[in-house]
Parts: sequence; structure tokens; C-alpha cells
Amino acid sequence: MTRSASKFPKAAAVLFGIGCFTALIYAIEILIRIGLINRFIVPFPSEIIASFPRIVIEEGVPSRFLLTAIEALTASVMLSIVGISLGVLLHRVRLVRLATETWIAAFASAPLVLMYPLFLVIFGRSAWTIIMIGFVAALPPVILKTLEGLAGTRAVLINVGRSFKLTPAQLYWKILFPAALPNIFVGVRLGMIFALINIVGVEFLINFGGLGQLVNELAERYDLPGTYAAICFVILVSIVFFVVTERIEQWLRPGT
Amino acid sequence: MATTGNLTAAPLAARPVLGAVTLLRIAILIAIVAIWEAVAASGLLFRDVVPSLLVIGRQLLLILIHPDFPLHIDLGLGSSLVFDLKIPEFYRHLWVTVSEVATAMVIGGIAGLAVGLALGANPFLSDAFERFLYWLGPTPKIIFFPIMIMWFGVGPGSKVAMGTLSCFFPVALSVAAGMRQIEKVLIRVGKSFRANTWQMITKIYLPAMRQPIVNGARLGMGVAVIGTLLAETKLSNRGVGFLIINAYSTFDMPRMYALLIVLFVVAIGANALVARASRG
Repeated sequence: MTRSASKFPKAAAVLFGIGCFTALIYAIEILIRIGLINRFIVPFPSEIIASFPRIVIEEGVPSRFLLTAIEALTASVMLSIVGISLGVLLHRVRLVRLATETWIAAFASAPLVLMYPLFLVIFGRSAWTIIMIGFVAALPPVILKTLEGLAGTRAVLINVGRSFKLTPAQLYWKILFPAALPNIFVGVRLGMIFALINIVGVEFLINFGGLGQLVNELAERYDLPGTYAAICFVILVSIVFFVVTERIEQWLRPGT
Repeated sequence: MATTGNLTAAPLAARPVLGAVTLLRIAILIAIVAIWEAVAASGLLFRDVVPSLLVIGRQLLLILIHPDFPLHIDLGLGSSLVFDLKIPEFYRHLWVTVSEVATAMVIGGIAGLAVGLALGANPFLSDAFERFLYWLGPTPKIIFFPIMIMWFGVGPGSKVAMGTLSCFFPVALSVAAGMRQIEKVLIRVGKSFRANTWQMITKIYLPAMRQPIVNGARLGMGVAVIGTLLAETKLSNRGVGFLIINAYSTFDMPRMYALLIVLFVVAIGANALVARASRG
């Protein structure tokens, strides 16, 4: 990303951003207190902050977080195994690739998460419905990125392998796979983000599972500060997950 | 010349491969249909969970062509221009969803464009605020639905708000990134002609950013469709999302499959159209 330099140091800009965010929260608090914002629609930010310990202890946030994390992890493992395997298959068998690549790309643009009622019928109102939706909705980017990584391996590397008379299996494990690994991880990371989004979303929609269900339950009880606090908690989890996977990606793709 | 010979020979060599691809596609489709019908006939899954494709096809036709919803059109120019028609009810719901998504795209798109232009043009603002958008972009937007219901009610407003929220982030981030990639020489030309801010936006920035804007709109459309439809499945009495969840509630599986097929075809088709427009 090309970026023209700011006249101000970056730290000043970051502080300004954080300052604006804090000022916005104070402004909302004041607007609610003077009655310009209805307190029965938007709770006091101070109440939201105060309700964090309450929802963590009373609503069992750690166990719900663990449940969502296990669902996301299961879906991620499944989509890594199946997605990478299918990507390798498409790379190896050119005919299958030509026949199905456009279909997979089309599926990537389809709102697959809307299939959740169908999964509810097949798997029941259980964690497997949530995991399978996360898995199916996140599969296309993993397949496509694996294929892109393998197909984009520099010809000189493959030629080096061939000159050493590597077997096809050795060529894959010693040359193609390591060269494609950064791209494959981009696909897996995208898949994991899609999986987490869909998992929390379906938990909310079917009122089952971990953090998504927590938001739904608190909203149904009209616990406004709790609902807002739970939403903030989900956002926090998403951001941490996003930043950690981004750091891993940068470590795998130095210079990007 | 030797190269000319190669060039003319290439299409002949490629022809059998294309034939094989088509054959394989047909074989895959036949295999899927055969497996589906075998599972439907075997009763391995619960009854009606996997209905026969013929039943789904019949339901698809019913949804698309069976006129079961009375439509009264009054053009307000006397009794000669009053029409009483019957249309398939599906189109009424499709119209609701399409109008919600379109409204969401207009609001979210314009807001995203404005924020993206501001962030892309000003490095200080970008350093200060872009990370918030970058972090909030991949969060599951559907969890904001309870707040949207409180703010905009249970009607179409909350669905439009969900679509808008979903659409805003990809458009804003794509426009901001696109703006930073505009060639500096174009900006210098604009400034040397003493163009004001509005002229810079309309004459330099927007024409130079056509591709990022279309890409952002394409991404935004995809997530706006998902956000709106998911909201409809959660709480609504109109729209395609409502039809799907209603079919699930009444265990009308053939209807649910048929609706999902129509929805996927519409979504994939719309995406392909935008992609083609961006290339054209």
C-alpha cells in the first residue's frame, strides 16, 4: 500500500484517533443525561462499562467463549484439511480444475450462510449445525488460495527439483508446498475469519452455543447495558483474532 | 515462419480439452443428481429432509410462475387505468428484499465513498481512524441486529440498517486504498489547473478510482445481501429471508430447497453482472 507521509508523527495521529473515540463516548454519555438520546434505546456508556464484570461472571462468558472457540477451531481444522486437499487435487488434475474452478468461485460469492435452516434440519439445533455452516461458508477461499499458491510457484524452483530427480511426492513436499505456504495461509486465515463470522452469526440466529447466543439472550431480556457489553466483547474477540492471524501472516510473508 | 505454425495449431490442440471439460462437468452433475436421488429414495436421512429433485423442481415452478398474490395497480388516471392482476407471491417478497438491499447499498455506498475519500486523501486521518475500520470490518455484523431493532424498529428500517452497516466497511476500505494508489502525476495535474476540492473529486479522484470503487461495491453488495437476508430470517414478515425461515418452520423442505436455489442463482448472477460491468 502506497501512502503519502503525514506532516504529523504517526503516534500523534493514533493519539488523536483514540482521543476522538473517547470524546465520542463522553459526548454520548452527556447527550443521554440531558435527554437528547433516549436512555431506553442507548444505555449510558458508563453502565455498559460497569456491566462487563457482571456479564463475565453471571452469564458465564469464559465458558461461552470456550464453546465458540472450540466450534471455530473445529471448523478451521476441517476447512484446512478439506480445503487444502481439494486445492492440491485441483492443481494436480488440470481437467478437474478447468471443470470446477469457476463453480467454486461462484460458490464463494453465494450467501452460503443462508443455508443454516437446511443444516438445522440435517444436524438439529446443535453445535454441529454451527460448525458445518462455518466450514461450508469458509471453504471456497481456502481451495482457491491453495490453488493460486501452488500454481504460482516459480518455474525455476520446480526445475531445480526436477534436476535433482525428485519424485512427484518429493516435489510437492520439498518445493511446491513450502513455496505455496504463504498463499495457503492467506486462504486459511480468510477461511478462519469467515468461519468465525458465520459461527457467531448462526449462534445468534438459532440462539444456541457461545457468544452469539449471549447477545441474543441479553437482547431478549432487554438487558440493554448487558447487550451492548456483550456486543463489545464479541468485537474485542474478533479484533484479537484478526490481529493475531494477521501477525502470523506477516511472519509467513515478510515484506507484505 | 515457425511461430506462425505453432499459433495456428494451438486451437486445434485445445479443442479436445474443452470437450473433456464439458463432459466432466456433465458427469459431475449427473453424479450429483444420481446420488441425491439415491439418498432421497433410500430413506437414509429423515423423511422429506432430502426430497426428490422432481419435487423440488415442481416447487421451483410453483414459486416462480404460480400466480397466487392479487396485485391492484391504480395509475390514478380513471377507471381505464386500474389493473387487477395476480402474480406469484415470491416476487412481492423478492421486491422487498431487493429494495432493502438497494437502499442499503446506496446509503452504505455513499457513506463508505465519503469516508474512504477522506481517509485516502488525508494521511493524518488515515493514521488516526483507518485502523478502527480495518478492525471492525471483519466482525460479525449480525450481532448488531438487536441494536438496529431498537433504533429503527422491526420493519424494513432495521434490515436496511443491517445491510448498510455490512456494506459500509468494504466500500470505505476499498476506496481509501484505491485513492492512495492514484498516480501522483494526475493529482499534480489537477492542482496545477487550480481545481477546487469538488473538481478534484469529480475530475481526478473518482475517474481514476473506478476499479477500486467497483470492487468495493461488489464486495459491499455481497455482504449487504447476507446482512439483509439474515436479518429477515431473524425477525420479519416479508422478504426472501422470511420465506426461507417460514419454509423451515413449516418443514416444507422442497420449498426451502427451491428458495435457496433461486436465491443462490440471483446472488451469483448479480455478482457476475457487477464483475462484468467492472471489466467493461
